[in-house]
Amino acid sequence: MTAWVALVVVVLMLVAAVAVLRLRSFVAAVAATSVVGLGLTVLFVLLQAPDVAMTEAAVGAGLSGVILALALRRLGLWRIEETRGGREDA
Amino acid sequence: MIGFNLESIALIGALGLIVIGALGMVATNHLMRMLLALVIAEAGGNLLIVLVGYRVGGVAPILGVGEPGAAMVDPIPQVLVLTAIVIGVGVQALAVALLLRIHRAYGTLDLRALRDRMDAEVAAAAGVAPDASQEAPLGARPLPPVPVGVTHGAGRTGPLPALERRA
Repeated sequence: MTAWVALVVVVLMLVAAVAVLRLRSFVAAVAATSVVGLGLTVLFVLLQAPDVAMTEAAVGAGLSGVILALALRRLGLWRIEETRGGREDA
Repeated sequence: MIGFNLESIALIGALGLIVIGALGMVATNHLMRMLLALVIAEAGGNLLIVLVGYRVGGVAPILGVGEPGAAMVDPIPQVLVLTAIVIGVGVQALAVALLLRIHRAYGTLDLRALRDRMDAEVAAAAGVAPDASQEAPLGARPLPPVPVGVTHGAGRTGPLPALERRA
C-alpha cells in the first residue's frame, strides 16, 4: 500500500523536476518546484519522519516558493501569458 | 535489495532528483533556472539522507508513538535534514540577492549575454578593443595592459620580463 503511494508520489516528483527544466514560463517552473517540495513532504511522512515533513511543507514548499516568486517579480520574469516565439531571457 | 517496496522507490526518487538537478544546473543557460535546479538537487539530497536512517517496520522517533521499546527509525539523519532544509532556504535567499545584483548591474540573466557584457566591460576598463581576446588565436591576442604607477623590482614600471621570475 505505502509502496504504491510512494510510487505515485515519486513519479509525480520526477515529472515535476523535468518540468522545471523544460517549462518556458518561470512562474510555472517555480510552481513545479513547489510540487517537488510537497511530494517530498509525503515521502517524509511515509519514511516515519513527521517532524521533517512539517518543516519541509512550511519552509521548503511554502517559504521557498514565496521567495522565488518574489524574486521573479523583482527580476521582471513574472509573465503569466504564454509568449509566442523567442526565448525568455530578460 | 531493489524491489517493489517503499525504500527502493524512495531511493530511485532521490537519485533521480539529484541527477535531474545536477544536469539542469550544468545544462541551462539562465541563472534563475540554475537556481531552480539547485533547489531540486537539494530536495533529492534531503530525501537520500532521511532514507539512510530508515528502518523497515520502525516507528517515528517521537516519545509516545508506539509502545516503549519498539524499534524506531534513526532520528539523527532526520535532525540533520531538519537543519539542512532551513539552511537550504537561506542559500536560496542569498542566491536570489546575488541574482538581483547581477540583474541590476548587467540587465540580463542569460549566461551568454552576461559573458559578452562582462567582457565588454572588462575590455573598456582595460582600454583595449572589446572581444579581442576571446576568439583570437594565441599570437593575436593583446597582452594585458599594466596599470599606470605599478612598480615592481627596482622601481621600474612596465610588464614583468618572463626571464626574471624567480626559479
